[in-house]
Amino acid sequence: MTASLRIRAAVVSIALFAAFLGIWHLATRPTAATTTMSPEYAKLMGLTATQGKSAMPGPLDVGAKLWEHLRQPFYDNGPNDKGLGIQLGYSIARVGLGYLLAVIVAIPLGFLIGMSPLISKALDPFIQVLKPISPLAWMPLALYTIKDSSISAIFVIFICSVWPMLLNTAFGVAAVRKEWINVARTLEVGTVRRAFTVILPAAAPTILTGMRISIGIAWLVIVAAEMLVGGTGIGYFVWNEWNNLSITNVIIAILMIGIVGMLLDQILARFTRMVTFPE
Amino acid sequence: MTDKFISIEGIARRYPDAGGGGTTIFENLWLSMKRGEFGCVIGHSGCGKTTVLNILAGLDEPSEGAVIVDGQAIEGTSLDRAVIFQSHALLPWRTVLGNVAYAVTSKWRNWDRVKVKAHAQKFIDLVGLTGSEHKRPSELSGGMKQRVGIARALSITPKIMLMDEPFSALDALTRGTLQDEVRRICLETGQTAFMITHDVDEAIYLADKIFLMTNGPGAVLAEIVENPLPKDRGRIDLHRHPLYYAVRNHIVDFLVSRSKTFAATVTDHDPRNVPVVRPGKPELIVTSTGEDFTEASWPGLARPSTSS
Repeated sequence: MTASLRIRAAVVSIALFAAFLGIWHLATRPTAATTTMSPEYAKLMGLTATQGKSAMPGPLDVGAKLWEHLRQPFYDNGPNDKGLGIQLGYSIARVGLGYLLAVIVAIPLGFLIGMSPLISKALDPFIQVLKPISPLAWMPLALYTIKDSSISAIFVIFICSVWPMLLNTAFGVAAVRKEWINVARTLEVGTVRRAFTVILPAAAPTILTGMRISIGIAWLVIVAAEMLVGGTGIGYFVWNEWNNLSITNVIIAILMIGIVGMLLDQILARFTRMVTFPE
Repeated sequence: MTDKFISIEGIARRYPDAGGGGTTIFENLWLSMKRGEFGCVIGHSGCGKTTVLNILAGLDEPSEGAVIVDGQAIEGTSLDRAVIFQSHALLPWRTVLGNVAYAVTSKWRNWDRVKVKAHAQKFIDLVGLTGSEHKRPSELSGGMKQRVGIARALSITPKIMLMDEPFSALDALTRGTLQDEVRRICLETGQTAFMITHDVDEAIYLADKIFLMTNGPGAVLAEIVENPLPKDRGRIDLHRHPLYYAVRNHIVDFLVSRSKTFAATVTDHDPRNVPVVRPGKPELIVTSTGEDFTEASWPGLARPSTSS
């Protein structure tokens, strides 16, 4: 039954995708050329005006361009012409670094907040104020103090991914079942060993859920951050291709952002499954 | 004083409430047990049974008084006092062996892996779980989980085993089997045990001394029933013993009526010298013996059945 459901779902997915491509193709069909003009003027106006070619690229244009990118993902022809792989690599590296820093800060701090009601109450107002700030609002301050656009982008990733991890860790640690703590207490397990052998495994699913939310947010934010800081990265690529009026490349970049985001999420989902225990 | 292995001396537990006052769950509670004895506390919910056990375990602190175990006042939890929790409290991310080994490594920190495993295995075998070592708690039935809980508690070779209604979540059949196991293990090893239960038959089967507590708040230890049944009693013919109903009726009477009215009717109760009752023996306080009592109370039972 499950297999047949999966097959049926796959058929529907493929049908929807085919329908989407079909409509896209039809909607971007060239219209008949309407005006005649002098050859010099026609050259200036481009194919859109002379042959009625749609300004929006069709699926075939995008497919051809995508194939071109996939064949040569890592070429580097100077600052404004790098392969898609290189641009994505820069973005993933920034997200990875900022995210790693956030993990290093958020998980121990979350443990502290979860285990100590005093720290929890004392830090609560700061967290409540800092959490709703858009990560991009930090950008000018980061640029001014750090004076390096690339590190500023990493900082922005750090600041946006730290909150879900911090709050989930604190919640997971505070919500560990009293009876498990009592087991550790009756066995005279010390605080450090208790943290690693009881609280960490018990809170791990909640912590990993926070980390999964964080990686999603970090990937959302990196595109916007790179549009601002420029230079490299997939966000910069999108903005650069917009300035080049290459809608085809913009569409390809959007597709790639989606795919990488999905992969990052799936990696974290796998880790979450690894630490989840049935009760 | 030497025969008091466990001595609870005048403990009280109060919870402050919003009005600045407080609720006294119990106060001036005195209780003692000898080494190797099996004690059961019976009382209604809210009389502070669990609090007494948690204080004994070191998980809770008395508002007043002290608890002395083996000549030393207790301070916090200890590996000398193992707890079997009502909800088994196994760590679900560890296997059966892992759960028991966790306790073993907590007690003997410098033991190597092989030694820990062998020791844990011994207690897994003792509770009859051989072959299930590598299962996770989620793959076990309720009874098997509680067996792991017992193995974990025993594996640290505690001076006292503390049990908080350990079998109340199990079905009757499993409960019976586990009672047999616990009784066998306690008799074989001379284990001192302190148990809380709601089940009168469980108390009569397992305990040497049954502590009856009145209703809370302001609960007191009303009396101590010494179990007159022989040490080699079996679960199957327990109810045929001539003294069985004397003990059982005495306890049930207490739970049904006297636990409510005790504070109002008994004015000269001395919490330091709680009366010891031996149902069915010459110094018995209750008036009727088992045989007479059942016939007198249930005349219907004596009539021949007409329905068949």
